[in-house]
Amino acid sequence: MTTPLQNGSKTGGPRRNFLLEVDDLHKRFGPHSVLRGVSLGVPRGTLFTVLGPSGAGKSVLLKCLANIEKPENGRISFDGRTLDFRNHAARDSFRRRCSFLFQGNALFDSLTALRNVALPLEQTTSLGRGEIRVRALEALEQLELSDYANHYPGMLSGGMQKRLALARAIVTQPEMVFFDEPTAGLDPLRRNAVFAMIAKYQALFGFTALIVTHDIVEALVASDRVALLHQGEICFCGTPDEFASSAHPVVQSFRDSPAALRSTLDGLRCGVDAPEQS
Amino acid sequence: MDKVRGLGDFALFTGRSLGAVLATRRLWTRVARAVYEQGFRCLPVILIVGTFTGLVLGLQGYYVLNRFGSEALLGVLVSLSLVREMAPVLAALMLVGQAGSALAAELGIQRNSEQIAALDTMGISSCGYLVTPRLLAALFVFPAQTALFVAVGLWGGSLSGSLLLGLDPGVYWSSVQRAVESEDVFECLLKAVTFGLLTMSICAYQGFHAHRIRGATGARAVSAATTKAVVISSIAVLAADYVITSFLI
Repeated sequence: MTTPLQNGSKTGGPRRNFLLEVDDLHKRFGPHSVLRGVSLGVPRGTLFTVLGPSGAGKSVLLKCLANIEKPENGRISFDGRTLDFRNHAARDSFRRRCSFLFQGNALFDSLTALRNVALPLEQTTSLGRGEIRVRALEALEQLELSDYANHYPGMLSGGMQKRLALARAIVTQPEMVFFDEPTAGLDPLRRNAVFAMIAKYQALFGFTALIVTHDIVEALVASDRVALLHQGEICFCGTPDEFASSAHPVVQSFRDSPAALRSTLDGLRCGVDAPEQS
Repeated sequence: MDKVRGLGDFALFTGRSLGAVLATRRLWTRVARAVYEQGFRCLPVILIVGTFTGLVLGLQGYYVLNRFGSEALLGVLVSLSLVREMAPVLAALMLVGQAGSALAAELGIQRNSEQIAALDTMGISSCGYLVTPRLLAALFVFPAQTALFVAVGLWGGSLSGSLLLGLDPGVYWSSVQRAVESEDVFECLLKAVTFGLLTMSICAYQGFHAHRIRGATGARAVSAATTKAVVISSIAVLAADYVITSFLI
């Protein structure tokens, strides 16, 4: 089997086009090994989705990439440079160029929508108050939230909070945005809306998006490339079309899980129906 | 071994938080807000506890001194008890109960809802943004609240000694004036500043690391962190009081 990086190189262009590269990443919690040598490359300007069942280690992978968790082993390169998170200057520079969207949005409930969006500018740039306000209002307007600038996050709907979190993520004009399960707990219509929103703003602002999710249908429709994380390893990396036609057994079982469920339920129904008929 | 590691981690956390003073932007706005939260909101409890402490000291002191015919020294007893020991310790315990527990719970919830992680990913020092203003505010609030505690405590002592038990107010207040010296005020303020820094650091540390509480997650972890913060802070106040007193006495 080709490694994910090789696979990506074949189908996604030369390696120098990768904005983010991960090589042999390992992470464990006590005796439990969560990531077991994850390698993948995220091409610049694409919407890249890491799929996987619950508990596969998707969120841990994202947190290792964002330096929220510290991996035991492995190499992470950003824009061709290997990241050394012990080097504060390098870490700060990486964080300035990336944003992270948390599963629960992680908005500050004591700050208004405007102040939430302005926060990264206030704390990490030397812009004046007026300029920060203009840029934060611009970001809110782009996300169609300008009418809610003085609302607190608790006063907004779930979808609006998601957009507010995205506004805060893009206000610093990052090159890459990490999305941790952006559709967790949402109904199918809202899942579609969130993926559509991510795809729309990714195209609009041109950032590279790395999403982890287990929503296979939406991910395949919206993404440029997908990877499948299974038991702490990347077992597939390619385009959605390649994913749809892959003969890899894990991909097949993940992809065909609704059909398998249907078949199981049909079998159960037949089994239940049979005695009644007799 | 875990305790030693914990102490080292706490020292690093406090050092990092204080060290972030220069690196944190718009710090003083947040300090002002923290002064309001710790100071203004705790004002009623300080006023009430201070008054009753003074009332009880005046009452007990009057009857004890009366046995020796020394009621005139009531001002000395009340003022020195308050300034040297009771005001810094009781004000600190009250502030721990109100502002410290609120700080631990708030940081614990922010940890749970990934707000602290969000700050880190934005390149904002979470210690500098969330903890430093609270520690700086404690340096102002604890001495101010302690001074207020002394003032209302002395007034309470005068109320029970003079108004209720018939001691001449002039005798009471002149003995207060004669008894309290600059060393006593220094000891009082030193204790207040030390308790403020110590207790707010402990409360912030417990809330900030609520996710490390063993055997508890979510709301239970926040609750456990808050309880731990109040218990450890209260013990730390009494222990630090003994150490400072033994050096200054």
